Amino acid sequence: MTAATSSSSLDLLASGGRGKSSRTLLRVVILLFIAGAAISSRLFSVIRFESIIHEFDPWFNFRATKYLVSHGFYNFWDWFDDRTWHPLGRVTGGTLYPGLMVTSGVIYHALRALTIPVDIRNICVLLAPAFSGLTAFAAYLLTNEMTTNSSAGLLAAAFMGIAPGYISRSVAGSYDNEAISIFLLVLTFYLWIKALKLGSMLWGAVCALFYGYMVASWGGYAFITCLLPLHAFVLVVMGRYSTRLYVSYCSWYALGTLASMQIPFVGFLPVKTSEHMPALGIFGFLQLMALLDYVRSALPSSRHFQTFLWAAAGGIFSVGLLGLVIATSAGFIAPWGGRFYSLWDTGYAKIHIPIIASVSEHQPTAWPAFFFDLNMLIWLFPAGVYLCFQELADEHVFVVVYAVLGSYFAGVMVRLMLTLTPVVCVSAAIAASQLLNNYLNLKSPKPEDHTVVEGVDVTATKKAKGGLKSTSKPVVGIYSLLSKGIVVASMTIYLLLFVLHCTWVTSNAYSSPSVVLASRMPDGSQHIIDDYREAYQWLRQNTKPDAKIMSWWDYGYQIGGMADRPTLVDNNTWNNTHIATVGKAMSSREEVSYPIMRQHEVDYVLIVFGGLLGYSGDDINKFLWMVRIAEGIWPDEIRERDYFTPRGEYRVDGEASETMKNSLMYKMSYYNYNALFPPGQAQDRVRGARLPEVGPTLNTLDEAFTSENWIIRIYKVKDLDNFDRDHAAAAAFDRGHKKKKGLKKRGPRVLRTE
Amino acid sequence: MAPKRANARDITPSSAATTQAGPTTAGTVPAATGSSSTKPHKTSTASLATKDGWEQVVGTVWNHYLEDTPQRTKLIDAFMAFLVVVGALQFLYCVLAGNYPFNAFLAGFGSTVGQFVLTASLRMQTTAANKSDFPAVSPERAFADYIVCSLILHFFCVNFIN
Repeated sequence: MTAATSSSSLDLLASGGRGKSSRTLLRVVILLFIAGAAISSRLFSVIRFESIIHEFDPWFNFRATKYLVSHGFYNFWDWFDDRTWHPLGRVTGGTLYPGLMVTSGVIYHALRALTIPVDIRNICVLLAPAFSGLTAFAAYLLTNEMTTNSSAGLLAAAFMGIAPGYISRSVAGSYDNEAISIFLLVLTFYLWIKALKLGSMLWGAVCALFYGYMVASWGGYAFITCLLPLHAFVLVVMGRYSTRLYVSYCSWYALGTLASMQIPFVGFLPVKTSEHMPALGIFGFLQLMALLDYVRSALPSSRHFQTFLWAAAGGIFSVGLLGLVIATSAGFIAPWGGRFYSLWDTGYAKIHIPIIASVSEHQPTAWPAFFFDLNMLIWLFPAGVYLCFQELADEHVFVVVYAVLGSYFAGVMVRLMLTLTPVVCVSAAIAASQLLNNYLNLKSPKPEDHTVVEGVDVTATKKAKGGLKSTSKPVVGIYSLLSKGIVVASMTIYLLLFVLHCTWVTSNAYSSPSVVLASRMPDGSQHIIDDYREAYQWLRQNTKPDAKIMSWWDYGYQIGGMADRPTLVDNNTWNNTHIATVGKAMSSREEVSYPIMRQHEVDYVLIVFGGLLGYSGDDINKFLWMVRIAEGIWPDEIRERDYFTPRGEYRVDGEASETMKNSLMYKMSYYNYNALFPPGQAQDRVRGARLPEVGPTLNTLDEAFTSENWIIRIYKVKDLDNFDRDHAAAAAFDRGHKKKKGLKKRGPRVLRTE
Repeated sequence: MAPKRANARDITPSSAATTQAGPTTAGTVPAATGSSSTKPHKTSTASLATKDGWEQVVGTVWNHYLEDTPQRTKLIDAFMAFLVVVGALQFLYCVLAGNYPFNAFLAGFGSTVGQFVLTASLRMQTTAANKSDFPAVSPERAFADYIVCSLILHFFCVNFIN
């Protein structure tokens, strides 16, 4: 990695005195190096752990890809999956973005055709790194459109290749939609700029095709759908309407919209939802502009007429806007989606849609995250945007618009850091190369023997003279070898530090599969905690193939992918009520939960418990979200307040509220946990709580499996009692309780309340 | 817009002229293609300009169009007018008879709108006065682009028609 980045800055030195062809060769070699660096820095997880799919969503993608490869494309397209969302099922073929699976399917078959037998799993694992190399190349192309200085492109490619903000979603094994769609995003932007510059229908069409590919791959396509019209609109407002803009925008929109409608999941959305309306509106607006443009060219004399045409334009624009508002309120056009609202009001989701707020990657970004993910790029970024302001051709307006919008969105949602990263890389590269160029190639007032590259650097220096006051003065201080040396050396040090930082972040923060956990033994050796796979393997081997597993939705995809068992809810959170049902079952008393589980034919309940190991992402910590989501549907039966102590604390020890102690989740988590410890010593290491001496009792569930480190606990739902007793009585009888009377009294009473 | 003013006299009418050439469609055409054609009526009532001024303007534009447009461009314009009529008919059908096979309607309407803007683009690129805007696009290249884009467009439309 070091080699790649420093070599790209070396290129600045080297390109001074070479011929054109050798420079092209050098550029290709450097790009290859960068791609190599991008790919290899993403392999930490494979080397440390193994070639395994990470996290949660990728497991679904992996499962879908396997389905695609084994059943063929048409079956995949019409796939109705009855093994998820039991008993509803899911029209999977129509509710996913197929781009990722189709891409790996195509690669798989292509390699097969070349008689290279590769396991589909390895293709899935390595797809994201492979595409990151392509992303670096796309960033190179995009940056080259912005500046005439080719070293900026190489720097952008290097930045893009190793920026942690992008690596976070594209390490080997992170087989998610973002793996390919960031490449498509950057490439679409490049093609858009190209189309706009040339005013070419063909480039517009190619842009639309890649836009269609992007739509097929990731829900984030809405970002493009909003950014390109915004760019066009800003250009028009700046008085830069041109026929080139008309040609490129219209060919993009007409083809791109039709292309996007081919995806079943998107379908009619482009004409029905508000997210897509700006694009349509600008499309209409441009037609109007074209007309005005013509009429004005036909009537050059009348100034008065011109203003009235402007009034007409404004009038029609506002009439269109009014029409849009009316159509929205009348229900022809769906209003903005919840996720979109939460982009404007960060508190919105928490109040209205807990399911969205509960996802950690939808939280607002913390400030350190910017530095963590982008390091020095974050302070080069404004400099690059400033340089774009200086030139401010159409394409620079794009960078500015993108930068503003991207920064805002990245600040609102953690995961959107991903969409900011490309523009940061591009503008940081522009700034860095400008700096390096100026100081490496700056000509002293007396002419030196510097051969200047294609006259390119002449403009760069000229520009710098216009921009930086200090360079325009004929002072010699800045031209001295010393000052040049200091600036270049410090820049090089920064670049090297950046590489170090990226490597460190990638290896420490982003390369954990989260399916397999790693810890350090006291002697420093690595200890692998493999409870997840242990439990899923147990499910796979010890349960019926159609045994329904109830778990919180986070684990739905993993159970489907690794254990191959039907689940009630999974990470495709399309049915809030169903999720709330599971939340209710988890957060209610056993007597309430049991009928729910019977109705949904649940055979096993799986929970994640980190108390023994100190694993903080467990279900007790997520429990409040289950309560909130259930409360959203059954506000009478579930109240969040009941799960807190009277003093408003969330506790699990002896002082926990009664509702908390009686909830199914609490009972399942701490059932038999006391047995591990000496009496009265049971401790929860995540929450640092000492548990009550007597653990909870479970009447309707049997403990079926607990993994080595107690991370996964699986319970079997008991069948109805043979003697038609209720479970509490039966369990009490089994335990040999003598207070039958009291228990009997308690049994019917609770049943009635349910 | 600014750079246009210099060579304004020579400029031949751009896309929207067709909608004025076919006044029969005015007022009923759909939003995307027809927004331009509904404009004259709206502005004539809304603006401060007198009726005479407006008619004079239309007359000037019309004459300008008749005099300065090459025959080939007029052919393109005729095609565009045809597309507007077809699009308007589809839209009218959608409004009056319901949009039941919505796929089919979208595909049909999308194809007319798409073809319209592509044709308009072709017209812009081939117009001599716009030469300076498209240094990289020769008329032949523009036509080739047009064919390719139309093929892609109709592929999507046919695929979407259900």
